[in-house]
Amino acid sequence: MSDVEQQSSEVKTFLDRLVERNASRAESQGPEPTWIAARRQAGAARFEALGFPTRRNEAWKYTDVRAIARGDFELTDSAEFSPASAAAITLPVEAYRLTFVDGVYSGALSDLGDLPSGVAVLPLSQALAENHEAVGGPLGRLTGVEFSPFSALNTAFMEEGAVVRLAPGSVVEKPIVLQFLSRANAKPVMSHPRILVEAGARSQATLIEHHVGESEAANFTNLVAELLLDRGAILTHYKLQEAPLGDLHVASIHVEQGRDSRYTSFNLNLGGGLVRNDLISELNGEGAEANFYGLFYGQGRQHIDNHTLANHNAPRTFSNENYKGILDDRARGVFNGKVVVKRDSQKIEGFQSNANLLLSDRAEIDAKPELEIYADDVKCSHGTTTGQLDEEAVFALRTRGIDEQTARGLLTLAFAGEVMEQVSLDAIAERVELAVAGKLPERFNLAGLVEAAMALHDE
Amino acid sequence: MASQEMEQLVRREYKEGFVTDIESDTVPPGLDESVIAFISNKKGEPEWMLEWRLKAYHQWLKMTPPSWAHLDYPPIDYQGISYYSAPKRPEDRPQSLDEVDPKLLETYEKLGIPLHERAALAGVAVDAVFDSVSVTTTFKEKLHEAGVIFSSISEAIRDYPELIKQYLGTVVPVADNFFAALNSAVFTDGSFVFVPKGVTCPMELSTYFRINAANTGQFERTLIICEEGAQVSYLEGCTAPMRDENQLHAAVVELVALDDAYIKYSTVQNWYPGDEDGKGGIYNFVTKRGDCRGDRSRISWTQVETGSAITWKYPSCVLRGKDSIGEFYSVAVTNGRQQADTGTKMIHIGEGSRSYIVSKGISAGRSNQSYRGLVKIGPRAKGARNFTQCDSLLIGDQCGAHTFPYQEIGNSTATIEHEATTSKIGEDQLFYCQSRGISEEDAVSMIVNGFCKDVFQELPMEFAVEAEALLNVTLEGAVG
Amino acid sequence: MTARRIEKVFKMLEVKDLHVTVEGKEILKGLNLTINAGEVHAIMGPNGAGKSTLSAVIAGKEGYEVTGGTITFEGQDVLEMEIEERAQAGLLLGFQYPVEIPGVKNIYLLKAALNAQREARGEDEIPAPEFLKLVKEKLAQMKMDASFLQRAVNEGFSGGEKKRNEILQMLVLQPRLAMLDEIDSGLDIDAMRVVADGVNSLRAEDRGILLVTHYQRLLDYIVPDRVHVLVEGRIAKSGDAELARELEARGYDWVVEETAA
Repeated sequence: MSDVEQQSSEVKTFLDRLVERNASRAESQGPEPTWIAARRQAGAARFEALGFPTRRNEAWKYTDVRAIARGDFELTDSAEFSPASAAAITLPVEAYRLTFVDGVYSGALSDLGDLPSGVAVLPLSQALAENHEAVGGPLGRLTGVEFSPFSALNTAFMEEGAVVRLAPGSVVEKPIVLQFLSRANAKPVMSHPRILVEAGARSQATLIEHHVGESEAANFTNLVAELLLDRGAILTHYKLQEAPLGDLHVASIHVEQGRDSRYTSFNLNLGGGLVRNDLISELNGEGAEANFYGLFYGQGRQHIDNHTLANHNAPRTFSNENYKGILDDRARGVFNGKVVVKRDSQKIEGFQSNANLLLSDRAEIDAKPELEIYADDVKCSHGTTTGQLDEEAVFALRTRGIDEQTARGLLTLAFAGEVMEQVSLDAIAERVELAVAGKLPERFNLAGLVEAAMALHDE
Repeated sequence: MASQEMEQLVRREYKEGFVTDIESDTVPPGLDESVIAFISNKKGEPEWMLEWRLKAYHQWLKMTPPSWAHLDYPPIDYQGISYYSAPKRPEDRPQSLDEVDPKLLETYEKLGIPLHERAALAGVAVDAVFDSVSVTTTFKEKLHEAGVIFSSISEAIRDYPELIKQYLGTVVPVADNFFAALNSAVFTDGSFVFVPKGVTCPMELSTYFRINAANTGQFERTLIICEEGAQVSYLEGCTAPMRDENQLHAAVVELVALDDAYIKYSTVQNWYPGDEDGKGGIYNFVTKRGDCRGDRSRISWTQVETGSAITWKYPSCVLRGKDSIGEFYSVAVTNGRQQADTGTKMIHIGEGSRSYIVSKGISAGRSNQSYRGLVKIGPRAKGARNFTQCDSLLIGDQCGAHTFPYQEIGNSTATIEHEATTSKIGEDQLFYCQSRGISEEDAVSMIVNGFCKDVFQELPMEFAVEAEALLNVTLEGAVG
Repeated sequence: MTARRIEKVFKMLEVKDLHVTVEGKEILKGLNLTINAGEVHAIMGPNGAGKSTLSAVIAGKEGYEVTGGTITFEGQDVLEMEIEERAQAGLLLGFQYPVEIPGVKNIYLLKAALNAQREARGEDEIPAPEFLKLVKEKLAQMKMDASFLQRAVNEGFSGGEKKRNEILQMLVLQPRLAMLDEIDSGLDIDAMRVVADGVNSLRAEDRGILLVTHYQRLLDYIVPDRVHVLVEGRIAKSGDAELARELEARGYDWVVEETAA
């Protein structure tokens, strides 16, 4: 098969699924609001025109998505998941929780308790049913079908997801958890979740997006998140990626920031076979601040690609980024961080730091920190380092009687520490540290140490 | 004082703008096989060379110009360019400066390059390229004694065909990129340097390039080979007359360093950048690449880029040899409507190979400048190291400074460090200098020169003077 | 007529009813100060009283808005002068936090500054041998090594080195009025002696010196002719060197209370 034929057959597989889905949905639910139908059509047309990206495309230079393009993924309507096994993998944190199983909303595994007044957390299907026009306005404003073939595909298929609305001045004390569970299905399935957060002026919340599942699962998740922060809003967004190693995951996260708003992202990537994140913040109002923290740990043949972009569209806006990568075995990591300063956006500060640790000779990292600057009163910098553990530090630990393997393990944990120190939610910090320690080659056996340290901390 | 420097940097008019009226022997615009045959014939080349050119031409026909650079310019009409122009009397070349066309000498005078004096005083052998043909070569005797071959590439093709066959196109293959393929098909002249085993070239080698006849693209081809343990420092500097049409320049430079060899290649580029509205100016698409073929070999690129309307240039090193070293030191100044997309590629293949990159970009006026770099560490490059420092300085709020560094690291024993900053000249630094009585212009020039220091230090003495003259660094010479 | 001329020569710096606002907040609220040639004045006061603002405004730092009053230096309106013109006229500020300028060697800065001053006076550039002799002499005076000239301005200098560098610049540039902002901060006792000796060597009939300091300690080494206490943007009290000792013993509170009363 030629490249062109191959591509059109890939696209056809997905479009055929879409036609089937549209027909069955119409049969069971009746006609959709016209704006949704129109967007599905636009998404499908855009996707058909673009096809899946190839490595000739600069944005996908280091990430091969053929595993997705050549897959045949079904859609599911079932949200069945054993409550016991769900409980075992659910993040142990007191929270408002929405759970989706392979993209399908599970009321049984969700818990919204009593939300404070002025705060709404609901599945997208319910938000559409209640008032589809209220959803139609903001949805797709940041991430339309133009953004990428995946956003087009998501728009064509979108059905479920989460809508979070925070009234001006509202403060949500407990975190809001959006839990995405991946099942070991007989045939792989796909889901195209949508997340929409509208944070009103001076509102405050913590959002945890948690991807996890059964270890044998091999599904495809194609997520689009749009986060709108009005003036003075503060949103902390954790994305804890612990999906099974067979899972394929593409996410486009787009943030719009008003005056004096603060968005902090923790992109903690431990799982997934193929993961691609696009994280973009539009700093549109003076005083807006974006913090991007990331940690990715790849093993086996994991491929983790993080693309971030801070668009400084207004004067006196600030961005700060720190990503740490640890790669073992034949894992491959990609870091592409970009800071753009628009003309007349003066008094900008944009800082970027990326450090990577290669633990194996067959691991690979491709880093591309970019600056694109059209204003002169700016302070922007980036630093990238890739290397090994500091041999002098290894030596120093050994002179204190610690064996070499443990010393290396400890230093690897310390390497991740710089990002983890920023994590204020203990439940997440502990989970990630344990996972990192546990992921280290077995001979390190550091999980025990970490647990002991935590026990000490808890006393 | 250095106040003129600021003038030069931000408001300067191009000083080297004039046209020498020497009757040219020019082919009509357009490119086909017959034009290539004409060039090859004019040069008295052997049949194999013509075949080589034609092969490149056919490759070129299948290629498209690169579009990935951060540059914006109208499409170039490659059939609207004349591919050959040479001064008359090619057979009876002047043997000494006395025989050189007085008009040419006058041209050098206007450029501020008193060729005979400078060459004699500095002990520099000068191979002056004027309208694509070498006009004079001096100090050949002395080089000959040392066993160094320094000639025009045309002469080398005739006199040393075996060396040319062995090395030409082995660093930059004919189909490497659109402009390299074009150059391979139509190159008219350039330099050839061969330093045999164990020889340190007894003098700095320098060539001045000029583009002169209207609508004539210039396609230089340079090949430098250093055998085992040999060393050479090669200097290249350019100026061009003021023109309204955009002039195309697509040079190819190939360097080969065998075991323990060291090649230092320095450039000062000051071609016509176009007027304030960006009209005119040179389009400069250059492929420069060094091949560190031998163990412990070292190739060092230093460039001071202040001219051209469009610069597309990535002097690179392929670090094949064990413990080989690649270096890139660059100062680029853009002003007016200039656009520059420049940087380097360091390809680490050999064990223990090291590379250093220091890039300083200064953007003023409405110019745009990008650093584009690649550091690639192959799986066998055990213990490879790279350090990159990449700083941009902005003068004025209408310019742009961009950084696109690529790092592809496939070896866990490699150590890569990259640092980049972008800022405007610090207000506090300016105030500090001004509060010592130094004018704002002088303060800016001091700070800019301080900013570029790390790169200027890498230039050979003879060139450091020119580079500093370019930035008008009178402070430099003032204190011994 | 003659009498007035003499008076003018005497009155080196005259600050009258100076009001200065920084980012909308009034810092100086009608400050008056006169410094005559040959005098050493010390401005003291609690933190945040506006001590550093005064010297910064005289030197011409941006970000300070003069909303009222005048500053006259040897008959010239200082507020109308460019930053470098002030320095060329002999008004020189020693920074509390000297700025680092990467890549620019100390010797360049010194020579450029000296020549700018000479040029402003219509003199020729200083010949290189003469300049080097001068600089070496002053270096020795400040107990600094010659290698220091080749280092970039203040880059990687210790706190003490930076302050010595400020005084070295004063010694080379020979200002008419030297303003030293917290020149003693961060200095150990040995460094303080060297700095103080340098400043004392600047004392001359035709030169004024303005010291801004929080602590009396410096004034044990550089004995001032006049001491002013700056409180809430105004000179609240003036006296001789004895006032400084009193402040050391009693603190600032009593002056603040006196002012309030």
